[in-house]
Amino acid sequence: MTFVQLKDVSKSFNSPRSKRLSVAVDQFNLDIDRGEFFCLLGPSGCGKTTVLGMLAGFEAPTQGDILLDGRKVEGPSRDRGVVFQGDDSLYPWLNALENIEFGLRMRGLPKAERQEKAQGALKLVGLTGQHDKFPSELSGGMKQRIQIARALVNEPKMLLMDEPFGALDAQTRHVMQRELRKIWQATQSTVIFITHDVDEAILLGTRVGVMTAGPGGTLRDVISVDLKGERDRLDPQYSRHFSQIHNMIRDEVAKTTLGTGA
Amino acid sequence: MSKSAPALPTHNARALPIKRVSETLLAIWPNILGFALLFAVWHIASVYIVQSVLFPTPLAMLSKAVELAKSGVLFEHIAASLQRIVIGFTLGSMVAIPIGLAIGSFTIVRKLVEPWTEFLRFIPAVAMITIAVIWFGIGEESKIFLIIYATIFIVILNTAAGVSSISPNKIRAARALGARSWQIFFFVSLPATIPYILTGMRLAMGNSFTAIVTAEMVSANEGLGVMLWNGRMFMQVEDIFVALFCLGLLGFTVDRLFRWAIFKFAGRFSPTA
Repeated sequence: MTFVQLKDVSKSFNSPRSKRLSVAVDQFNLDIDRGEFFCLLGPSGCGKTTVLGMLAGFEAPTQGDILLDGRKVEGPSRDRGVVFQGDDSLYPWLNALENIEFGLRMRGLPKAERQEKAQGALKLVGLTGQHDKFPSELSGGMKQRIQIARALVNEPKMLLMDEPFGALDAQTRHVMQRELRKIWQATQSTVIFITHDVDEAILLGTRVGVMTAGPGGTLRDVISVDLKGERDRLDPQYSRHFSQIHNMIRDEVAKTTLGTGA
Repeated sequence: MSKSAPALPTHNARALPIKRVSETLLAIWPNILGFALLFAVWHIASVYIVQSVLFPTPLAMLSKAVELAKSGVLFEHIAASLQRIVIGFTLGSMVAIPIGLAIGSFTIVRKLVEPWTEFLRFIPAVAMITIAVIWFGIGEESKIFLIIYATIFIVILNTAAGVSSISPNKIRAARALGARSWQIFFFVSLPATIPYILTGMRLAMGNSFTAIVTAEMVSANEGLGVMLWNGRMFMQVEDIFVALFCLGLLGFTVDRLFRWAIFKFAGRFSPTA
């Protein structure tokens, strides 16, 4: 059953410097089912972040429609929790628990109730006991956990993640990937996850969407990840997926470099 | 507002009083030494190099200060200046902060108010003294007007800069978490701007000192500026030095108090993350 639907979604900007219309996303079509972990993969500049921005409602598509649960997406709402790449979306004047509580506080939930929920979310992301730490006192990985907890505690219909582990070191990233999969399984949420890392996409996703190179990127292929249980890089199927997706991306990158003569 | 500073109080709170004193001394001894050196250099310069009645030694200045303090004159002057600064500075900040917030939040307000701020901020408060005296007389009103004037633009500019430097993701995150526009203003924009507002206010405090001294030199019955002017009129060089010293000390103390208050009450708003 289709849960999220992007129908012929295009986005173009009036670039202020060249005064020309530049196309960021062109005729993007995609259906996502409830409970899926969909990874959107593509070379940099292909417009994947723009797709996420439109899903979140931060920007409106120039053409086409985005439907969530049959209803048109118009503007941001707490239906869709967002996890950003950097830590600049956290509020440095609030401690970990207060950051997580933010959405509940805006909804006017009583303090005791929202603290209880926030503590639960803190536990879910493995930060029990860190409730009174301020963002400046937390590591990059911990801050991303706070972001995830802050989005989840609001009970969104789906989670939108924009390269959330892109700024983390390799070790922390692996830990976070494993934990995110656990959280996804435990909460049975629908996730759309943007990344440029092929390995990350295969380890996390139920399906991987590969975008064409930008400008004016669109969906090139969707691959169902055929890996069972705990995902393992030593699985021969992992290697097959990896080389298949890797080649697609390489082709796309080659197109842009040929096109610009670089 | 250094990064290591917030860790200190919790650490100190647990320590023994004697240990705390020794730790404080350890932390501030370079400051104390710096001050001692200032006086030493002053002393050497006046006793051995300049050797003139026009350049009193620190000791002569201090004994004059004690004399003026005993008679109560010194405190009258200090109180007069300080009162003007506090009133003008508070009023100026209270007007400037909402204007700055509005400029930073709405492009239309910025475009409307920018001609005012961009035009007037190049006219220094000192240049406004004559018109202030003509408009408001030589009483308190003209001085308070000047301090407000000296405060207002720098606080407006800093506040507006603070609002416009909020990272868009902070706003986006709040919207995705279901915050309404007024909630975003009060729970995101305002707290994110506080460090900038406080910085603007600290700078404005410096401007206020300049403005008040000059204004008092032109027309007033008491105040540190009056002390300076009378010192010149009656060739009381020691009085001039006492007034200068008091200004330095006063500015230093007020700034420290301000920093302490920022740390104490707005520490969590410090831009460390």
